[in-house]
Amino acid sequence: MSSAVTSPLHEELGAAYPGLNLLPETCADGIDTFWVARAQLLPLAEALRFHLKKPFTFLYDLTAIDETRREFGFKQPRQDYTLVYLLRSYGRNHDIRLKVALRESDKQAPTVCSVWPNANWYEREVWDLFGIHFQGHPCLRRIMMPTTWQGHPLCKSHPARATEMGQYSLPDDIRDFEQEALRFDPKAWGLEPSGRDEEFMWLNLGPNHPSVHGVFRIMLQLEGEQIVEAIPDIGYHHRGAEKMGERQSWHSYIPYTDRIDYLGGVMNNLPYLMAVEKLAGIQVPERARVIRVMMCEIFRILSHLLFYGTFAQDIGALSPIFYMFVDREKLFGIVEAITGARMHPSWFRIGGVTSDLPQGWDKLILTWLDEMPKRLHDYDKMVMDNALVKQRTVGVGRYDTATAIEWGVTGPGLRATGFDWDLRKKRPYSGYENFDFEVPVAQGGDSYDRCKVRVEEIRQSMRIIRQCVKNMPSGPYKAEHALTTPPVKDRTMQDIDTLIPHFLGVSWGPVIPPGEAMAEVEATKGSNAYYLVSDGSTCSYRTHIRTPSFPHLQMIPVMARGQMISDLIATLGSIDFVMADVDR
Amino acid sequence: MVEMELLFKISVLVLTLLPTAALLVWLERRLLGFWQERYGPNRVGPFGILQSLADLIKILFKHDWIPPFADKPLFVLAPLIGALAVMMSFVVVPLSPGWMISDSHIGLLFFLAMTSLAVYAVLLAGWSSNNKYALLGGMRAAAQTICYEVFMGIALLGVVILAGSFRLSDIVEAQQEWWFVIPQFVGFAIFMIAGIAESHRLPFDLPEAETELTGGFHTEYSGIKFALFFLGEYLGIMLISMMTTTLFLGGWLGPWLPPLVWFLLKTFVLICFFILLRASLPRPRYDQLLAFGWKWMLPLALVNLLVTAALKLSGGT
Repeated sequence: MSSAVTSPLHEELGAAYPGLNLLPETCADGIDTFWVARAQLLPLAEALRFHLKKPFTFLYDLTAIDETRREFGFKQPRQDYTLVYLLRSYGRNHDIRLKVALRESDKQAPTVCSVWPNANWYEREVWDLFGIHFQGHPCLRRIMMPTTWQGHPLCKSHPARATEMGQYSLPDDIRDFEQEALRFDPKAWGLEPSGRDEEFMWLNLGPNHPSVHGVFRIMLQLEGEQIVEAIPDIGYHHRGAEKMGERQSWHSYIPYTDRIDYLGGVMNNLPYLMAVEKLAGIQVPERARVIRVMMCEIFRILSHLLFYGTFAQDIGALSPIFYMFVDREKLFGIVEAITGARMHPSWFRIGGVTSDLPQGWDKLILTWLDEMPKRLHDYDKMVMDNALVKQRTVGVGRYDTATAIEWGVTGPGLRATGFDWDLRKKRPYSGYENFDFEVPVAQGGDSYDRCKVRVEEIRQSMRIIRQCVKNMPSGPYKAEHALTTPPVKDRTMQDIDTLIPHFLGVSWGPVIPPGEAMAEVEATKGSNAYYLVSDGSTCSYRTHIRTPSFPHLQMIPVMARGQMISDLIATLGSIDFVMADVDR
Repeated sequence: MVEMELLFKISVLVLTLLPTAALLVWLERRLLGFWQERYGPNRVGPFGILQSLADLIKILFKHDWIPPFADKPLFVLAPLIGALAVMMSFVVVPLSPGWMISDSHIGLLFFLAMTSLAVYAVLLAGWSSNNKYALLGGMRAAAQTICYEVFMGIALLGVVILAGSFRLSDIVEAQQEWWFVIPQFVGFAIFMIAGIAESHRLPFDLPEAETELTGGFHTEYSGIKFALFFLGEYLGIMLISMMTTTLFLGGWLGPWLPPLVWFLLKTFVLICFFILLRASLPRPRYDQLLAFGWKWMLPLALVNLLVTAALKLSGGT
């Protein structure tokens, strides 16, 4: 990594912040990556956020890598741990990745919460899972693991399997200790037990509550039915998906991705596979790309329909969800005809998709597309035009574009504030540039508008699917590449040089070249990205999943303060989150 | 002999009311299913008609559990009050000219008094459960009932003025010329809205509001005590439908068919309307509901009363 590699951004930064020592690195995904000394991190963050002409207003992601067992990439100035910041400037449509090297003996870094408020939860997560301390952080508590957990799970030294840990037992004293640790203590949550004149009521909303859409808990401080403060508590759905990535082969991790945003189905496969394909240098054939787009849009509709129904149900309208489940049922039938499975097909493969489309697939889809607009129109009358729905949601849970970016909101929640950022338009992937569709926006930024944007997105997705059906290119459905899975078999019986790679590819799985890459898609709930570090092995060295719902939940207190409980329910419904997507 | 006849009528009433309420649960679920593109319960007996019976058997055999943190006497008493208060009201409902258990000259007032009592069930349940969600539900119920009780009574005064009596049979007889729903349409609408609020049905089910308060006042209830709340709710629907029929739709009056059939037919249509409401409307917010009650319904009811009285005085009809 010589200083010959300079980008315009590098020079601009040098001018804005003299004395800055940035060491560029080249990554497979082409994102401007710089190593920065820990002492310069905070000044650099402030310069990027406040002093540039088109600032980096959005902290897209913050995570860490345990480098202690890594073999490749010796040219990096890394030490035992690396902090990775991914920043985005909407004005430039440009990303920058910052890396900070940390020693095992000195695992700490300054917090950037004062620069980007949404760093709060990200830093808590890094502290929880890696044990890296952030100086000056307002509330550095565990966020995924229980408060009594010993160790930091994403460290390489932490066991990944239960069989590597001691036998589990729960004697009475430990049980009592664990139960006592669950007792609610307002002070530990950063809450004041009582105001000057009155006592408040604590209401524990969740983890089992009909309207939190999964296992999610919000601690409410109430004055009557009005919310004084709301503290979200996550981690009940944490399954260690990132840790599993370090044990599964590149191929066998695909089904795990389906279960991240479990309503997004194959759309979860896409960012993961795009990152793998970047690392391996695989070009996906045109037909496979269009099939992928089509399936992703089908799942966008499936997810949005479920959102639409549950949103109405949260407000008290019982019927819409049943109508929408009928539509989903028909659409799942089509998904099943194509992939053989319904909610979690895990159907995309490295280099393409599992199999070609079945005969008659186009008729199935066209029939569904033809009958859907009328039903959508009925739902509009039933939900969006209903005076009570409007009364409950217009102006409720409102935020503006600046607040949204500050808290890391992406997807429909951002577009509802009047900001037309859609990754499919701004940075087309998988061939989205070839499709004719619009990006729906709304102006109010309230719960009603978030729903409105999604309803319109259903219509746009239908447009895209229709174009896919009409213009489906012919050709292979998977790339001709040695690293695709399952490997190409054509010539294996003719010559040994293809038989051996095939055998290894099937038994071990593909060996992806060393490197780092991130790939991002406009998922159902916002921006979903996979950041993969390969060490030239059959499984990833580090898998990081950036999910949209995580920052969205972090924003709940901003929206909830001053609301009634009923408003909070409507607001929660309008965020459209699934807990698997938050906790991973 | 008069006592014997009365006892007979009461037992017939009780013995028909309870199965009818159970049947109503089934009817509601089937109708909701029909309106929501699904089947609803269709397995137990022909068309699933025995579903409620199966549910009842299950619920009878459930552990009769009282949470250790609850206020035990009140916790047990609350569902009883709820079911009893509603059942008492049926005493004054005139099903047909020949079928009145009590043709009291203050029948309407008795009905209003009993519906007011019913709120104690919800309030006490919410209070004695010692659960925050139940408490919030109970508080909502109290606020809602106070608000809706007031204009429910005022809306009915228009009918009383026209009929010149609180006796329910007199009110029905006074509708020979035309049903009171025509001259008293505003009163009719207000009474229906208040009736829905009284029986805690969507869109006015705020004391329960399962998506907000998980179950509201009955969060901690299960087994037979929960069933009593359920019974009270469905009896409440029947009662409001019967009272609406009596007060505004001419009660048993109608050509060709026997009076009792007319009465039941009108009641049935109203019950279906109640269920349709549940299938089609979302729920307003607590404070919006109260604002609607105090700021719109109450003044409207008062104006209705004034206009009716003025017309009565000037026209003498």
